[in-house]
Amino acid sequence: MTGKKMTSPLQTAEKMLESAVREPRDLTRYLHYLSTAHAEGLPLLVTPLEAAINWSRANSIWPLTFGIACCAIEMMAVGASRFDLDRFGAGAFRPTPRQADLMIVAGTVTHKMAPRVKRLFDQMPEPKFVMAMGACTIGGGPYCKHGYHVVKGLDRLLPVDVYVPGCPPRPEALIDALLWLQNKISKSHRLTDRYWRKDMWKQFMFWKSEPRE
Amino acid sequence: MGMTSDLTQTLPREDSLKTEELLINMGPQHPSTHGVLRLVVRTDGEIVRESWPQIGFLHRCFEKIAESLNYAQVVPYTDRMDYLASMNNALAFCLGVEKLGGIEVPERAAYLRVIAAELNRIASHLVSFGTYALDLGAFTPFLYAFREREYILAILEKMSGGRLLYHYPRIGGVARDMSAEMIQDTRAFLKIMRKAWPEYNTLLSENQIFVKRTANVGAVSREQAIAWGFTGPCLRGSGVPFDLRKMHPYSLYERFDFEIPVGEGLKGTVGDCWDRYWVRMVEIMECCKIIEQALDGLPDGPVTAKVPRALKLPKGEVYVPCENPRGELGYYIISDGGAKALRVKARGPSFCNLSITNALCRDILLADVVAVLGSIDIVLGEVDR
Amino acid sequence: MNAQEIHARLKDRFGDGIGEWTAPEAGDPFILVAPTYLREVCKFLRDEADLRFDYLRLISAVDWTDRLSSAYHLYSYEHHHGVTLRVDLLRAAPRVGSVADVWPAADWHEREAYDMMGIVYEGHPALKRILLPDDWAGYPLRKDYKAPEEYNGVSNR
Repeated sequence: MTGKKMTSPLQTAEKMLESAVREPRDLTRYLHYLSTAHAEGLPLLVTPLEAAINWSRANSIWPLTFGIACCAIEMMAVGASRFDLDRFGAGAFRPTPRQADLMIVAGTVTHKMAPRVKRLFDQMPEPKFVMAMGACTIGGGPYCKHGYHVVKGLDRLLPVDVYVPGCPPRPEALIDALLWLQNKISKSHRLTDRYWRKDMWKQFMFWKSEPRE
Repeated sequence: MGMTSDLTQTLPREDSLKTEELLINMGPQHPSTHGVLRLVVRTDGEIVRESWPQIGFLHRCFEKIAESLNYAQVVPYTDRMDYLASMNNALAFCLGVEKLGGIEVPERAAYLRVIAAELNRIASHLVSFGTYALDLGAFTPFLYAFREREYILAILEKMSGGRLLYHYPRIGGVARDMSAEMIQDTRAFLKIMRKAWPEYNTLLSENQIFVKRTANVGAVSREQAIAWGFTGPCLRGSGVPFDLRKMHPYSLYERFDFEIPVGEGLKGTVGDCWDRYWVRMVEIMECCKIIEQALDGLPDGPVTAKVPRALKLPKGEVYVPCENPRGELGYYIISDGGAKALRVKARGPSFCNLSITNALCRDILLADVVAVLGSIDIVLGEVDR
Repeated sequence: MNAQEIHARLKDRFGDGIGEWTAPEAGDPFILVAPTYLREVCKFLRDEADLRFDYLRLISAVDWTDRLSSAYHLYSYEHHHGVTLRVDLLRAAPRVGSVADVWPAADWHEREAYDMMGIVYEGHPALKRILLPDDWAGYPLRKDYKAPEEYNGVSNR
């Protein structure tokens, strides 16, 4: 802690507001995506399609009901009426992983639970995202030193997309993490990365054949 | 239970169908198991023949941690055991340490502890009410319960700084004082709660579907309840008028006047799911009474006793039981004279209440298993510690 | 009845099976019971009219470095009195009779004591691990326990 200048909460909040204003959270972010995609050399035929798919994926993230411990109660509070998660499109909590997009791992993962968490993640269809909610899933939380049965961080088991610190995190923090995830999805190139290569047009030039030697 | 005989009337003859018993797994990820509980059930169609609860998916090594840290550092870990009643957990631990160490808590601190514990009890019963309805298929009571709960969490956040896990009761007293604004908020909340309570009854308690699903289901007799170690609303639902706050009062509970609701079999058998649920509902109103009396009689004074920084307890052992929303929570603390405990054993009420599941869930429908689990109201943090 | 009176009753009945009365300097008193006498003592405490300990609160396993012990907290709903029994066991072979048939509540408590400390309760209907996975090595609450480096491929450091 020595040598580190502590910023006041007000300064941090102002910085967060600035970055939020710079990164638009409405449909204009997809226009932003289109312009950057073109700059990266992606063809204009596919990018609006990808932008539309990203928009629909980001605004209808269906979480898995996977509350493990205390953070689950805050997750329930986020689903309730005051901090309504449904207004972000993420209110349809699915009990089965086969129909879920997002696994919010809310609570401490223990060694006994770890194979089941991995199994649930494997059962989710692509595209899938993982949110590590709470200090326990980030690095073991309060149990990181003396907990022999606690997995010290969810990323030892699964690839995590977004971490939410707190013990438990406030519902606003969970919503912020969801919006951050929506941003990440809106900027992703899943479709073009998978189905488009730079010289893909060549395979359609079938009337031009290479001279045989 | 007379339900199975009704079913066998309509089933086709056994020799005309090839039937098999299924071994089904419920959990550890399941919407109705209140956390990471795994129930392996052997069913004959829809009828459960045997069920084996498997726990330990949330075992967070509380007892080992309590041996590795000093007493003041252990208090936040007690919060996380029963995370819905965190004030009561920390209170029980602090009482144990204070009893062994001969530390006297000032009166104002005792009253504040009572107010915090009772507010948390209401919040916990609201969650149990909301999630019980959710398990049985009704979503609206869940939203109603969380609406009132937000008021309580706002008050507790002002008092302690946290919404769910507070670290408010400390060894020797409480963390900080309650200001006039918080007292005003609490009184306003009591008015809101008293108006909302009849709404819950019209919504759920008298609802025919809810009554049909919970009355006469999972009835636990008085002798069974005592023998299996039931405590709290589950025990009172079975007709035993026992409450630690009345029989062995702690933290000045003897000064408050409140009733103990006992299950009487109003909708069916004594000790069925509806009775246990009803005991919790009536307890919400009794908690409001206690909070009002505590606010009216709040004495002046310090909020914490002088406790040495490196607290060393004398050699000895103590067991202090407290009345948690789920039952009797006790800490068995053994000290060998040092700054760290030799042994801390936490008696989680949900652990003991859950052990009856196999004996109780026999020859009932699979849907009734959900009703029984919800009425026992377990929290896995307390079961697994 | 207070703890000293209960101790006197038990001493009358069981003689050598009960340890001497020692008033503790701080905290609650306990009654020391020999392992071979435990089941009879428990049945006596549950069935005697003026004792009627019908509620088993807790069974704890304690590691005293030189020995292990199993502590029983009992309570009576009829007479509103409580008592603590303690059974001292050898560290090398901690075995004591199970009281699961005296109080059904003891079932899970004894399984947990076995899981955490390794105390074997003879006559228990199904003594196996309850909180930790079935293939976990070691008894965590013992003072000489070292947590494993990894479990199932997941590092534990």
